[in-house]
Amino acid sequence: MTVAELPTRKDEAFRYSDFAALAGLWPVAREDIIVPDGQSTWLSVIEADDGPVARHLAITLEPGASFDLRILNAGNAYGRIAVDARLGAGARFTLGAAQLGGGTQTLEIVTEVHHAEPDAVSRQVIRSVLAGQATGTYLGKVAVARGANGTDAGQSVRAMLLDPTATANARPELEIYADDVKCAHGCAVGELDATGLFYLESRGLTPPEAKRLMLQAFIAEAFSGAVEEDRLQALALDRLEGLVC
Amino acid sequence: MLTIENLSATIADKPILKGLSLTINAGEIHAIMGPNGAGKSTLGYTLGGRPGYDVTGGSVSFDGHDLLALEPHERAAAGLFLGFQYPVEIPGVSFVQFLREAANAQRKARGQEPLSGGEFLKLAREKAALLRLDMDMLKRPVNVGFSGGEKKRAEMVQMGILDPRFAVLDETDSGLDIDALRICGEGINAIMRKPDKAVLLITHYQRLLDYVKPDFVHVLAGGRIVRSGGPELALELEEQGYEAVA
Repeated sequence: MTVAELPTRKDEAFRYSDFAALAGLWPVAREDIIVPDGQSTWLSVIEADDGPVARHLAITLEPGASFDLRILNAGNAYGRIAVDARLGAGARFTLGAAQLGGGTQTLEIVTEVHHAEPDAVSRQVIRSVLAGQATGTYLGKVAVARGANGTDAGQSVRAMLLDPTATANARPELEIYADDVKCAHGCAVGELDATGLFYLESRGLTPPEAKRLMLQAFIAEAFSGAVEEDRLQALALDRLEGLVC
Repeated sequence: MLTIENLSATIADKPILKGLSLTINAGEIHAIMGPNGAGKSTLGYTLGGRPGYDVTGGSVSFDGHDLLALEPHERAAAGLFLGFQYPVEIPGVSFVQFLREAANAQRKARGQEPLSGGEFLKLAREKAALLRLDMDMLKRPVNVGFSGGEKKRAEMVQMGILDPRFAVLDETDSGLDIDALRICGEGINAIMRKPDKAVLLITHYQRLLDYVKPDFVHVLAGGRIVRSGGPELALELEEQGYEAVA
């Protein structure tokens, strides 16, 4: 097995990475997931531990297959999750992800969704909550191959900064070589609404409770409809409570 | 219950309240009326502790405690309720979850046991019925998609659930049709017209006072109370306008 060289910042997919942490994790083994023809399956990727982590999921959806992937990137150190998905004809790929970080940690979700054949659907919902001096990055490329007509791709990317020292990088990217496609992307970075927080606090919630409630609502869409929705929400809530206090 | 002495407050360094004094005793309902820009809403927000409303002088004592030293959530736990002129929409947060957490946060601060899910829902249903608000609306995100009248009725449902000792109601009557005005008025009476409670109604118009009869009416102009009287003062204002009366 040849060991690939550690990437550098010049490599677009690693532009915002924490290289000191990455060096200790390199090389990152590729995890192959193949969803056969017409089948449907799901996976929850939950990173909520203390150590650094880097993963690379390579997913192949054969024609008519569907895959529901949810990611909670909320450990206490560097966390990188890269996802490559190749969609066959009529396949459906759902990605709902939340990354929640504080301190000086770097979190990143890097996706490449290839609509290789016609009539596939992809939906990505990414929510980041960043406190302290944390950096959260989403790099999301959607590539539509020549002839992949009827493609329907959506990306919704939002980040919430709890402190002015936190950083969010968001780059949804489209590469389209087919004519008849529908690709929508939206991207926003914001702060919690002060008026809303005062409203909640005026009813008796402490400032951390008010923030946590608003953040819970903010990330809810990432896990909405997931098989393990309750578990994901509960684990996210634990992490959010740590970030707002 | 509430003693405001010589209160001055600014927004972005601009003086709005300029030496306002007012005493409200338990069992009383007071109405504050006044022209636009007089400082009515500023008074409400200053009592509620909204960030950006800076107290530059005077004092507010609530049941003997220094109200101004408390954070907004501590004021709520102490028994203060602020009814918003423009209730805030909070997407994704359901009323039921928010109000249960709020009620239990207040109870915790007062050293009381939390309400169970069942106890809370029973209470919420009772108060929603009082304000004739469909209970299903409380399962929706806070104020999102509510009409003006529904938002104000939902404010009163919140007041009913949280059961404050003192309520500042900022233009609860604005945006209400005639029926909703009566329902809100009756709700205020049912929830707050009690010997150990008090209300400060902030309003432009006499019409709410047809349903919630005030014991005292004050005219706020230029950041201070310029005239006080009984309920007849509101009628006089309605007939003659603020300029003639104040």
